[in-house]
Amino acid sequence: MVSEPIAPQAVSEGAFQVAPDDHLDLPLRQPRKSLAPYILLAPVVVVLLLALGYPLVRQFIMSFQEFGLGQQLGTEPPAWVGLDNYKTLVTDPAIWTIIGRSLLFCFVNAASTMVIGIAIAVLLTKVHKAVRFTLTTALLFAWAMPVIAAMTVWEWLFDTEYGIVNWGLSKLGFDFIGHSWLIEPLSFFFVATVIIVWMSVPFVVFSVYSALTQVSEEVLEAAELDGAGGWQRFVNIIMPTIAPVIAVVTVLQVIWDLRVFTQIYYLQGAGGLASKTDLLGTFIYRMGISQSNYGVASAVAIFVLILTLVITSGYVRTLFKEAE
Amino acid sequence: MIRRSVFNTLGVILAVVWIFPVYWMVNTAFLPQSKSRTSNPTFVPFGGDLSAFRRVLTPSFWNSMQLSLSVTLLVVVVALVFAFLSALAVSRFRFGGRKTFVLVILIVQMIPAEALFISQYKMLQGWSLLNSIAGLSLVYVAAVLPFTVWMLRGFVDGVPAELEQAAQIDGCSRIGAFFRVTFPLLAPGLVASGVYAFLQAWNEFTLATVVMSPSNKTLPLWLRGLAVQTNQATDWPAVMAGAVLVALPVVIFFMFVQGRMTQGLVSGAVKG
Repeated sequence: MVSEPIAPQAVSEGAFQVAPDDHLDLPLRQPRKSLAPYILLAPVVVVLLLALGYPLVRQFIMSFQEFGLGQQLGTEPPAWVGLDNYKTLVTDPAIWTIIGRSLLFCFVNAASTMVIGIAIAVLLTKVHKAVRFTLTTALLFAWAMPVIAAMTVWEWLFDTEYGIVNWGLSKLGFDFIGHSWLIEPLSFFFVATVIIVWMSVPFVVFSVYSALTQVSEEVLEAAELDGAGGWQRFVNIIMPTIAPVIAVVTVLQVIWDLRVFTQIYYLQGAGGLASKTDLLGTFIYRMGISQSNYGVASAVAIFVLILTLVITSGYVRTLFKEAE
Repeated sequence: MIRRSVFNTLGVILAVVWIFPVYWMVNTAFLPQSKSRTSNPTFVPFGGDLSAFRRVLTPSFWNSMQLSLSVTLLVVVVALVFAFLSALAVSRFRFGGRKTFVLVILIVQMIPAEALFISQYKMLQGWSLLNSIAGLSLVYVAAVLPFTVWMLRGFVDGVPAELEQAAQIDGCSRIGAFFRVTFPLLAPGLVASGVYAFLQAWNEFTLATVVMSPSNKTLPLWLRGLAVQTNQATDWPAVMAGAVLVALPVVIFFMFVQGRMTQGLVSGAVKG
């Protein structure tokens, strides 16, 4: 119903197409054909186009190019290689190892985080007020820790020589004196999982707990009077109320754990073997920034981007519907 | 009830597990170096001192502090102003392309830094902005804008436009009505969004690693450098003192916005 002329800055940016069927659900509050909203949007649009839009296009282009020695020396423009980088992505077993490893790592971390987080949220509804306060305070502190500060603490906890973890396990009778946790890839990923779960659980707990408090007491009581057991009440009343929150939080955990970079990069620097512990994020970094192999790195990055957008599409749709 | 006391015990154990790393950081930060390097750990820093803090408050810390403060301040101010204008447009105007804009903001919010940092690196290299405050701030502002726009839009939506219209009927101009009526009601939203931008810029590690060089470190890069020293044994009390210094402002600010951030992320999933 709105048939305003498109603001000039909006046309050139392409992001704005006038949707002829754009419904008006609120009365117009400004004179028609106003430029005001476009002027208000311009700064954000310009920044996003400059710092995200342009790199996105450029990365897409780079994923069809090859960057050899000639380009590193700046003497030759990058060569077009068509789908070669994507062919590498599909056929190189080393890259598939990393993709498989990342997916497995993501699954283990997201699943552990969700299970522990939901369990703690349910526990919070069943404990004494003082215990609830203590536990939520502890979780809040863990959540507030800046990621690098937390990483240094965990490195210190798992320190080979003087770490408290080795000390504690040795006191319990296991031989952990001088044990290095980061040399073995499996042990490396175990430590990474402990850290990531520790960092991620608080958000899950707070989200799920706040959903649990929305479950109606009256309905629960009525169900009990009608003879519904604890499990039946959980499945038929509590689950439907908290399911949407769990769905959203799961999607967020999956995309956060899929692209994990900081923790892996940090632990590699603290003693892990990069070649055996790379996940997608660190692999793109090593390929692109360290080895200047921008072509393949861009192809892998585009793969991660598309995977993320597919996983989050449902969540985006829900948020969008809610906004309109 | 036995069940209840089992739950309570479990709750306390979990609280101890989650707080332990934080406690261990603070504890170690107050120990002299000799007490951290023994096979018998010290659990309470009696007889501890501030020597670790003294060792860590070096010129390189202050340089990083200055860099982090400049970048963070720039990001907070720019992101807040820009996002606020967009939130106004989206919330108070109907115009062609409005839905597209909201959708793009939501999609962009999902893009991981790891999926774009290669080309952002190339871009900043081309503009000679690698290793600069301007370059790092640009990618940071772009990273925080989608969520701040989204968050502020929610706040502006929460202030009924009728309030402004009433003020206009009483003789205010449209802009006057906005600044006298709506703006004061938006203060909590601006604070929450500002703190969010602050936390992001202050804690960020991935893009800082890509954009900055070893000579020019933000605080997270500086802290990592302190812990990962290859040529000598790590001075853990000093590293923990550094971690306390980096974490302290964050923990304080975080307590303010925690509730709002949870809400922002899961809004749309539950009504309420």
